[in-house]
Amino acid sequence: MFSPETYYRLFELYNADVWPTQVMALGAGLGIAALMVRGLHRRGRAVATLLAAVWLAVAWGYFFERYATISLAAPYFVWGFAAQAFLIAVSGVLLGRLTFDDAKALTGKAGIALFTFALLIQPSIGPLIGREWSGVELFGLAPDPTVLGTLGVLLAADRVRWELFIIPILWCAITGTILWVMKSPEALLMPLAGLSVLILATYRSLKLRRGLVGI
Amino acid sequence: MPLTRRELIGLIALTGVGALVPALGVARPKPLTKPIPSSGEALPMVGLGSWITFNVGNDPVARDSSAQVMRAFFDAGGRMIDSSPMYGSAQDVIGYCLKKTGNTANVFATDKVWIADGKDGPKQIAQSRERWGVDRFDLLQVHNLVAWEAHLNTLHAMKNEGKLLYVGITTSHGRRHEELERIMREHELDFVQLTYNVADREVEDRLLPLAHEKGIAVIANRPFRRKALIQRFEGKKLPAWADEIGATSWAQFLLKFIISHPAVTCAIPATTRVDHVRENLDSAREPLPDAKMRRRMVAYIHEV
Repeated sequence: MFSPETYYRLFELYNADVWPTQVMALGAGLGIAALMVRGLHRRGRAVATLLAAVWLAVAWGYFFERYATISLAAPYFVWGFAAQAFLIAVSGVLLGRLTFDDAKALTGKAGIALFTFALLIQPSIGPLIGREWSGVELFGLAPDPTVLGTLGVLLAADRVRWELFIIPILWCAITGTILWVMKSPEALLMPLAGLSVLILATYRSLKLRRGLVGI
Repeated sequence: MPLTRRELIGLIALTGVGALVPALGVARPKPLTKPIPSSGEALPMVGLGSWITFNVGNDPVARDSSAQVMRAFFDAGGRMIDSSPMYGSAQDVIGYCLKKTGNTANVFATDKVWIADGKDGPKQIAQSRERWGVDRFDLLQVHNLVAWEAHLNTLHAMKNEGKLLYVGITTSHGRRHEELERIMREHELDFVQLTYNVADREVEDRLLPLAHEKGIAVIANRPFRRKALIQRFEGKKLPAWADEIGATSWAQFLLKFIISHPAVTCAIPATTRVDHVRENLDSAREPLPDAKMRRRMVAYIHEV
């Protein structure tokens, strides 16, 4: 439906339009990372609040206001990302189901590593393979790093909250398909990351059911 | 010895002076036309598609670049521009470009109706017309056979009221050819749009002969299978005999094959480049391949 040039140019125009929101987005990401690794009181709720906010920001700022100009599928993604923000708010903020007290677990470490990757490394992939730095895709503004970062947070949480995995995993498949159609070199990144997260989350879920911790 | 018209055109192409022709204010030779069977109106044999290429959203740089493509298209004698509500922002961008280039009155405005509920067809058509900024469409087609019965009724009613000149139907899918054939046999159509190129020739068996027999104009979409056919032949030399059909590039080779079919009225390649739009329009010039040469072209493509 759109060319790779149009798709990536959208991020350039988006970044130019919303500057300096990138600083806030980076701040939110660093805040989430800090909250996950440091034992602050009620940090789960704070992480969930920030996470719900960035999903809403992507739903509105990216999908509704920009992506909708080139894709008829945008309204579905607006609702999908808004629904995920709602789910995170209910589960994580209202019900307090996202906690991070078992950071020593293998999946906890993997989750934090994945989040750090989404926040700091994933945005540089595009420019490193030849695209403009002005079109950098950032956590909290662009969908892919936001989704991957969220999967990192969910993986790092003490309990596997499957209801919060559905939309991010679906997005991994959708964005993989879009990028594959556009013949983007990183098309497999999100689907493979999503699959790895699913495997690790299943592993943790099974271990937790057997009463084992620290895994 | 004076040069013939053909020799002059050949010389212009050979020396590259052709690129300077618009800048020098010299009129480019007009592209060849074919008559629309239901009216006799002459239509240039190469039009302009907008799938993907004109879907550039609100990007001001890309919109202006699209306008340059459109200006070159009209300067080279093009008329038909084809779009659809399915093509994202393409209709809006076409409207912007038509206004910017001052060609709202020159265009052979071709669009589609593409909505599941037939009742919503008129509303979608009105919205499309507004986006194009034209008084009326020349041709409206039912896109990919979606709710085709209801939409055909709407389009015929518009035609009877003088709000539309031509009615058509499209498909880009081979699996819908049987249904398309049935519609072509049973309903009154001015145009049919289908996929035809040197690699997708299934329509030669039944649909093209049927269109010819029933006097239905044919628009060939996906002439390059998006870019795939061009990419497939990239770096490979044109056959030595390509100059016998006046083809100086693979794009022209591929287009000349399509438009030389007796049943095909025009092809609608899409592009984002000014040089390519000129090259495409230049395909619609003499000489075009005859039946024997067309067989040779197919054989060569298989060989390559």
